[in-house]
Amino acid sequence: MNEAVRKISQDLWGGRDELEVLTFDIAGEVFALEAFIVQEILDLLPETMVPGAKAFVGSVINFRGKVIPLADIRLAFGMEATKPTIDSRIIVISIEIDGESVLTGIRTDKVHEVTTLLRTAGEPPPSVGMRWRPDFIDCLVKRGAEFIILPNLQVIFSAQHDHSATGASHG
Amino acid sequence: MSFPDPIAVFRTEAAELLEQIEAGLLDLNVNLGDKDQVDAVFRGLHTLKGSGAMFGFDALAAFTHHCETAFDRVRKGEVPATQELVTAVLEAKDHMRALVDTPNGDHEATGEALLASLRAAVDGANNAGSSGPAKTAPGQNHFKIRFSLPQNAMANGTNPLPLLDELRELGECRIVADRSAIPSLDLLAPTDLYVSWEVELLTTQPRSAIDDVFIFVMDEMQLEVITVETSVAAKAPAKTEAPVTASQPAAAPQPAAAPVVVLHAAAPAPIAAAPVETKQNKASENVRVPAEKLDELMDRVGELVIAQSRLSQLAGGSGDLQLRAVSEDVERLSGELRDTMMVLRMVPVAHLFSRFRRLVHDLSHETGKTIELVTEGESTEVDKSVIERLADPLVHLVRNSCDHGLETPEERLAAGKSQAGHILLSARQQAGEVIITIKDDGRGINRERVRAKAESSGLIPPNASLTDQELYQLIFHPGFSTAQTVTNLSGRGVGMDVVKRTIDALRGTINVASHPGEGSEISLAIPLTLAIIDGLLVRVGDGRYVIPLSAVEECLELSIEEDMRSRGRSFISLRDSLVPFLRLRDLFRTGTKPDPFQKVVVISTGSERVGLVVDQIIGDHQTVIKGMSKLHHDVATFSGATILGDGDVALILDVGHLVAEGQQQEAHLRAAG
Repeated sequence: MNEAVRKISQDLWGGRDELEVLTFDIAGEVFALEAFIVQEILDLLPETMVPGAKAFVGSVINFRGKVIPLADIRLAFGMEATKPTIDSRIIVISIEIDGESVLTGIRTDKVHEVTTLLRTAGEPPPSVGMRWRPDFIDCLVKRGAEFIILPNLQVIFSAQHDHSATGASHG
Repeated sequence: MSFPDPIAVFRTEAAELLEQIEAGLLDLNVNLGDKDQVDAVFRGLHTLKGSGAMFGFDALAAFTHHCETAFDRVRKGEVPATQELVTAVLEAKDHMRALVDTPNGDHEATGEALLASLRAAVDGANNAGSSGPAKTAPGQNHFKIRFSLPQNAMANGTNPLPLLDELRELGECRIVADRSAIPSLDLLAPTDLYVSWEVELLTTQPRSAIDDVFIFVMDEMQLEVITVETSVAAKAPAKTEAPVTASQPAAAPQPAAAPVVVLHAAAPAPIAAAPVETKQNKASENVRVPAEKLDELMDRVGELVIAQSRLSQLAGGSGDLQLRAVSEDVERLSGELRDTMMVLRMVPVAHLFSRFRRLVHDLSHETGKTIELVTEGESTEVDKSVIERLADPLVHLVRNSCDHGLETPEERLAAGKSQAGHILLSARQQAGEVIITIKDDGRGINRERVRAKAESSGLIPPNASLTDQELYQLIFHPGFSTAQTVTNLSGRGVGMDVVKRTIDALRGTINVASHPGEGSEISLAIPLTLAIIDGLLVRVGDGRYVIPLSAVEECLELSIEEDMRSRGRSFISLRDSLVPFLRLRDLFRTGTKPDPFQKVVVISTGSERVGLVVDQIIGDHQTVIKGMSKLHHDVATFSGATILGDGDVALILDVGHLVAEGQQQEAHLRAAG
């Protein structure tokens, strides 16, 4: 277990001791994504449903003349979809899927700030006591009394992308 | 603005030149007397040599020099073009390609061997002498005639047209009118003659025949006759500087007053030079642009079209007439810009087809079969990116036809067919798709063998009932080959798999037809994937969707009776034929109340039609296609998305997929009785 965890962490931290991240809320949990993959933070936009697509990426938005999917991480983690609030924002990120860089929006309940996380405060995801698939999470970083979740987007998106793992969103 | 690597630029240029040379050589192979092609090949070799030396490809320049010299001699008529020479230079051309790709490689031995065969070909041709069809056939004279009649000639009853007709009767001729003397309209007298003529004449008649034509007007007219060359002169060991007047009859028999014979020192030059100049002028007008720049520009144009449709909406909603006028101008301009842009991206398939002539030429040598390739619809234009990706699959298909499809000449004769096998490569546009067909008149696909092979490899259960089409599709399965022996060309079962994957990636379809003993036909239907298309905007529930207009046949209202009646069976009768329809509301699970009057949009691909039931037809819409994200590649119903005037996103329906779905539904209904 320890070995595996170290490997995952190394991917994320890449030998660095600090990580600059953007923190945001989804369903009462604080998540963080590396700041450099974030392209833009948008107010909610009109969405167009894509019939037949998976619920996780069920709609598309117009991002400055580009049509990009809007993903709801909630659904990947098996949480309930919630109504948008006045604080709801879309974070546009670019991730690599099958070696191609793909732009996608992520629906969030509230965006906090760009902050620096220390590697020493990081912990691997616990193997028990979690509602979510452990491989969806890179690591947890303790900050004050709360834990910040660093999701592993590569795994989450390829699980949605890959037909064999479509059941993931229900788990 | 970045400057591309000059070596890379040279390589691209060299590749194009080599292609040109190859095309010229292949044309020449068909018609050995074609002087234009000799010139074209020579020019290509010459340019290649020059730019090769300039960019430090010295080995290439030195090697090309020998080929150029050989062709120079053909061009000057010293040696005739022969099959051997063409073959030798074709091989030499491949070597040049190697020299371009790896200038530092060890090519010397191959080069020497090639040059030896080239020399042999040239010498052989030279010794063959008059038996080879030189560009001027034996006994043919080549004259350049320039004549002008007096200004009052027509008033005196002379008509120049019969003169020209008479010249035409003498032999093959090219007539150009010199209109430089025509004055401006206010000075022009309608009865006067201002035009003079220049005629290039290839005739077996002697010089005096020309004088005979002009015999009645000779006294008043200006006539210049230049003997460009005669076959006698061509065979003579004449140096370039030497006047080619050896066999030239001395001046005209008529009084020296009018007809003047002007002799140029290097007589062949004017003829050869003229086409060169036009070609070069043409070339200098082309600008090489990297494809990404074109794509960027396309994106900008796309956004302009979006902004423009927004402006139109605003202008349409306001009462300001001036604003509307401006908006209409912008609409027209952006439409034109869009059309121009689209043309820029389109490339005729001729570019793609041309390389198959060489392939078939080579395959014909390798297999010992006589193969004739016919191409059709070369002018059909397809997006550049599509063309590039089509090359590989077509190579596999053509190879397959040559190797498996066509029989040996003996077998063909035994089967009562012509000895030469035929392969037809054709392209045409149909309903927003380009259809590329490869058709051969060979033995056809052996159904039993395909079935046996598929059963033995476990692809299908024994005795499975398959339609012909399903059976033929099996040949595209990876590793599937019915060939008993693996040849150099095919039989490994890799090629067809490549075809299938590439066409799938282009969202195209493959159709196979085959008749035992008569040949097979493989059609690839590829979407044109233009960046912009015209679409029909419709509403289904709360969502708006675009149907490519090229696929729309008609729109009609679904009558209430038909709507009710069709709960059980989804057909409407359209002018006595039944058309299955799909309720997009159900397909998309809109969950909203249907509009009271449902509309049907009938779409088609080829012969198959299907109706799409929508809530509302909004109108036509110029659509900038945005690809669907990778995350949505599993959604086959949509081929892309577009941004509407109000900034919302509308999805573009994939017509081929919907029609297939409609047909499937029809089949199910039929099966259910």
